[in-house]
Amino acid sequence: MIAEAGLAALWLAAGLAAFQLILSLIAFRGRTEAVAAMRPVAVVQGLLTFIAFTALLLVFARTDLSVALVVANSHSAKPFIYKVAAAWGNHEGSMLMWVTILAASGAWMALFSRRAGERTLTAALGAQAALALGFFTFLLVASNPFARVFPAPLDGQGFNPLLQDPGLAFHPPTLYLGYVGLSVAFSLAVGAMLSGEVDSRLARAMRPWVLGAWVLLTIGITAGSYWAYYELGWGGWWFWDPVENASLMPWLAATALLHSLNVLAARGALKAWTMMLAVIAFSMSMVGTFLVRSGILTSVHSFAIDPQRGAFLLALLAIYVGAALTLFAVRAPALREGAPFELISRETGLVINNLILAVILGTVFVGTLYPLLVEAVSGAKLSVGAPYFNLVAGPLTLMLALLVGVGPLLSWRRETRPILKKLLVPALFGATALVTTIILAPHINWLPRLGISVATYLAPAALVPLVGRNPLRIPLPTWGMAIAHFGMAVALAGAAANAAFTVETLAVVKPGERVNVGPWLVQFEQVQPVAGENWVGIEGQLAASRGTGEIRLNPRTHYYWAPPAETNEAAIETFWNGQLYTVIGKPDSGGGWQLRLWWKPFVTLIWTGGLLIGLGGAIALLGRLPLRFRRSRRGANDWRRA
Amino acid sequence: MTRHWRFIPLALFVALVGAMVWRLATPPDTQVASQLTGQRVPVFNLPAAVPGKRGLSSRDLTGGAGPRLVNIFASWCVPCATEAGVLAELKRRGVKIDGIAIRDREEDLQAFLARHGDPFDRIGADDQSEVQIALGSSGVPESFIVDRAGVIRAQHIGPIAAADIPAILTQVEAAR
Repeated sequence: MIAEAGLAALWLAAGLAAFQLILSLIAFRGRTEAVAAMRPVAVVQGLLTFIAFTALLLVFARTDLSVALVVANSHSAKPFIYKVAAAWGNHEGSMLMWVTILAASGAWMALFSRRAGERTLTAALGAQAALALGFFTFLLVASNPFARVFPAPLDGQGFNPLLQDPGLAFHPPTLYLGYVGLSVAFSLAVGAMLSGEVDSRLARAMRPWVLGAWVLLTIGITAGSYWAYYELGWGGWWFWDPVENASLMPWLAATALLHSLNVLAARGALKAWTMMLAVIAFSMSMVGTFLVRSGILTSVHSFAIDPQRGAFLLALLAIYVGAALTLFAVRAPALREGAPFELISRETGLVINNLILAVILGTVFVGTLYPLLVEAVSGAKLSVGAPYFNLVAGPLTLMLALLVGVGPLLSWRRETRPILKKLLVPALFGATALVTTIILAPHINWLPRLGISVATYLAPAALVPLVGRNPLRIPLPTWGMAIAHFGMAVALAGAAANAAFTVETLAVVKPGERVNVGPWLVQFEQVQPVAGENWVGIEGQLAASRGTGEIRLNPRTHYYWAPPAETNEAAIETFWNGQLYTVIGKPDSGGGWQLRLWWKPFVTLIWTGGLLIGLGGAIALLGRLPLRFRRSRRGANDWRRA
Repeated sequence: MTRHWRFIPLALFVALVGAMVWRLATPPDTQVASQLTGQRVPVFNLPAAVPGKRGLSSRDLTGGAGPRLVNIFASWCVPCATEAGVLAELKRRGVKIDGIAIRDREEDLQAFLARHGDPFDRIGADDQSEVQIALGSSGVPESFIVDRAGVIRAQHIGPIAAADIPAILTQVEAAR
């Protein structure tokens, strides 16, 4: 019954999405009574979708084995939390979650987003309904999550122990919230281009959505990076894998959008560019979802390839993005640019920020899709790897980091004060770091060396906008900005230190032997068999010491039997100045074991920085929200009068 | 130019969708083709591996007898045992198969053939892996499809699975 109720709710929600689209078409032609009807329709649509998703969670929580999706992806013996998480750990469930977030965003927008002009909002709700309708159709036609099986089997097949990890349970929903949160920016941009009301009101309406989505994307990407680092046992934190890039591209676009929105909100400038970015940001989310779900690119993230679903998703992508870009091409010339600004001004700073981010985005995009394009044109097969991405994105990021220190100090329109003086101390920090690394570590590569120097400059520079002001009077968005920029310095320092100073030792050792890795002396004591609930394994016992004291590490290899799989469980010990990362490999015939040891100085700064960036965004969002509600009440009255 | 910049994003997107449609229509071929395909088999002459069955020499492959499938295998190789049934099916469908037994013993080989079936017309004994290495094979089992002129037309690394039968038959037909 629960499954049928969920399916019925989904059909009703799809119907309401179609109705909402029609209403918005009527309303946009000037029939104001249709406007009033749209709000409840959007809200009920959101509720129905929520009911459908709850139904899915329920059938998974109860392990209802008459539902095909549960049979394929769950098992009665799974821990409860993973039973629930299995609901979105598959294609159909994750698409239902996608649509649920989409419809909930639409409902929230209908209820609270009143800053934008009325015609814009009408058109935006129509665009949101069109998006939802497409994905409802996709679910109902090509990926019904509630399909039944008869007769019901005795137990499920989804007992893959590799997917039982808290990281995997919560990493996808966070990213999805971020991806789909950008749909509202997309709809608002489409609405504004239709109504012609591309102005600072629109920017203020869009900003909290972009901020919120951006915060979630930041946290999702950071968590995903750490998960890959500790779980895969390769010691790396970013692999430039197509699926990783698929999450990075919307983040880059959203970061650029966040900054250009400030120009539009404060000065009414960069109209066409900002609309373009709002379209691109969500388009990148859809491209990402499509790439992940269609298996079109070869990736370490293997998902089932289904050409029919791939074609359906591609058609949706082509319709939505194609329509938005066509609209842009038609309407862009009509967008009158706002207040002019001089060469040295905050506007210029933000334009440069946007240009650099756009070039990085283009670089990642081309690198990710290059193998596909080359094979389509010439038939040659190739693979683009980390060297290309690091070489292009690395220097650009450093340039951006240098300018991040300057931008916030500039005033709008025209800067006449000698602001570079304020950066004297940070610049000295950076120069000192540069000289120190040249003297103490002459052999490291120039990119990590510059990275360390720039990070040492940026960390104090990011805090300069706070200096000399009463902390209680500094607006929350300014706090947020400073913290996020500081986070960027921290992450950059971590990445650069990791690249420059990581020491790796790969050795075959016999019990009792010792190996060096960086400042550590690691003694390999013995191996022991170990066993768990659904695996057996071997455990290496290591004693590591640097001078005084001794710590023990137990890296393991697990062998699962259902399904047969082998995993390396790295043993990682964290210190204030780095991580000792140990992996045990295979035995050789002479009684030796492969050991991989890394000493990674300051590697944890990468994720600390990522979280700080997210925290900064969250603080800025808090600062924007109270203002939001105050204004939305006034907006509500406007609505009623209309 | 200044008036047409606004169409650039749309044009790029259309090109991208085109590439994606192409990719969906032609799923990626993950096979990496051997560099040896298109080359003549090396000259070799292997003695018989089991009594009553002739050994294999390169003349048997170049003399217009093809297309033939040359299977590199061994009785001590577990995947080869799982592959035997598939080879029998290929023989039933008209594929001519020769074997090269790698570092094998006569009695082990006889037991293997008795137990798992014998689809081979000839079996050469390659006791030092000489021919295996000359053929560019690094393990067992591997299979080569050789055409009438003795030119290698395809290399299959690892055991041939039941799912590979149609592809193998197509390759054998193409080598005719």
